Amino acid sequence: MADIAQLENMVTQVRRDIIRQVHKVNSGHPGGSLGCAEFFVALYQEVMDRKERFDMNGEGEDLFFLSNGHISPVFYSVLARSGYFPVEELNTFRLLNSRLQGHPTTHEGLPGIRMASGSLGQGISVSIGAAATKKLNNDKHIIYTLCGDGELQEGQNWEAIMYAAANKVDNLIVSIDLNGQQIDGSTDDVLGMGSIRAKFEAFGWDVLDVKEGNNMKAVIEGLKTAKSKTGNGKPICVLLHTVMGNGIDFMMHTHAWHGKAPNDEQLAEGLSQNPETLGDY
Amino acid sequence: MKTYTNTGNKDTRSGFGAGLEELGKKNENVVALCADLTGSLKMDAFKANHPERFFQVGIAEANMIGMAAGMTIGGKIPFTGTFANFSTGRVYDQIRQSVAYSGKNVKICASHAGITLGEDGATHQILEDIGLMKMLPVMTVINTCDYNQTKAATLAIADYDGPVYLRFGRPKVANFTPENGAFKIGEAVELTAGNDVTIIATGHLVWEALEAAKTLEEAGISAEVINIHTIKPLDAKSIIASAQKTGCVVTAEEHNYLGGLGESVARVLAQNTPTPIEMVATQDTFGESGTPAQLMDKYGLNAAAIVKAVNKVIARK
Repeated sequence: MADIAQLENMVTQVRRDIIRQVHKVNSGHPGGSLGCAEFFVALYQEVMDRKERFDMNGEGEDLFFLSNGHISPVFYSVLARSGYFPVEELNTFRLLNSRLQGHPTTHEGLPGIRMASGSLGQGISVSIGAAATKKLNNDKHIIYTLCGDGELQEGQNWEAIMYAAANKVDNLIVSIDLNGQQIDGSTDDVLGMGSIRAKFEAFGWDVLDVKEGNNMKAVIEGLKTAKSKTGNGKPICVLLHTVMGNGIDFMMHTHAWHGKAPNDEQLAEGLSQNPETLGDY
Repeated sequence: MKTYTNTGNKDTRSGFGAGLEELGKKNENVVALCADLTGSLKMDAFKANHPERFFQVGIAEANMIGMAAGMTIGGKIPFTGTFANFSTGRVYDQIRQSVAYSGKNVKICASHAGITLGEDGATHQILEDIGLMKMLPVMTVINTCDYNQTKAATLAIADYDGPVYLRFGRPKVANFTPENGAFKIGEAVELTAGNDVTIIATGHLVWEALEAAKTLEEAGISAEVINIHTIKPLDAKSIIASAQKTGCVVTAEEHNYLGGLGESVARVLAQNTPTPIEMVATQDTFGESGTPAQLMDKYGLNAAAIVKAVNKVIARK
């Protein structure tokens, strides 16, 4: 395993990248992005078996699909920090003619992106398709997916969740970012979903919790445990308990920063809580 | 006037099924997905002969479209099958984001299009799907006219890299295009040469246009019948050349006049060679239950309606 301290250093830098991207254009989604920084760094730096060079078909490597595309700032930061494109390009987030669109897309040819997302609820279906193709191609690699918890209110997810269990899609690991927040408030207040674990289990998935979704060691262990459970006839669900806005104290535990950019003072405060580690872009 | 022989009524959806089965043998990357309508879409042979490449998704069309998009990653060529209504309106956002905007090589194959779906009525008779699909950037839109052409189109779209909407129907209709004929996406087919009027038809209305041309010939009117199987990209060059020759145009389609072939043709003519045009299409209405023939008659979608439209447009020259 990689040095945990090194990975945590990257997480700190990724947090800086997130709030700097969003601040520059005064738009974007910092809250969910910050909450998933550990997950993305763990996935790309430690868990996925991936090739250095990007090609769309991704044969012979693990693939990742982001369903809740609005957390693009964390996705872009980790893709850049993992070598898919120059980190300087983070400067172009949400600008005209940029490859870093508000929500991730294949349309502008950004390396690392295999599917547009943003309109919610489509990522599990896409991932099941990619997983089916892996099996047809005798490719033993795994499909990883991340969904928001609020996103599970979209009905298409449950079509996909039903299909994956019924058809034993066991090369698929879907992580749910359980931060309990969505745009209009807490998920319980907006549309209570009850036990997400019980729902996935009732549909026939193998479910495991990562109680500390912002603890690098716990995230890596959880994802590796999930990987060890693949190939056993069931799709895997990882319930990733995270804190929206994690790592910047005034953004934590609230939906207020779901889709709001920090002002100059707030940016300075956020950066002071996360000192530069790998170098700003 | 060149005449065509109906070699026996056949349904266009069976042409799709036959083409898909042939693709199954020819191209191991072709996979098929169906939302609980395998028999209706005539996908049984593909399912029986290539079970590992057939995906029954159940009554879950949104998941089907998303899965198809994902399956392209790794080189598969997915063909989805369900009714036209459930292939488009029900899953528009999934097609828009995961297929069209993402540029995925998915073939959306839609049966029971239009009013000739018949007795099931308006809930299932989509008359808006051509419009929905042609508005999506990069989407190719094809509406075939008979069994042979549907089979040929099914084979052709597998060789084209990009999203395609292939529209066909339920009833048995005249089969008159050549068996194993070539199908060139985006190329109009001139069926009869004429001088007085151009009839531009698509889908089930192509045979009706040929029937109308015969009636018109008896009345001394020479009609040029063009089969537009590809509504997008539209063969503007052929349309402009014919309109300039005949001086007036009738379009015919089993679709709402808003958003259909007629509007696409009108745009081409207005921008290039303004020409009187009449549209045989449904008039911004839903359908209803009835037999296909009754409905075609009631909603003005047959040879008689085309003849009437021709007389009207010629008077406007």
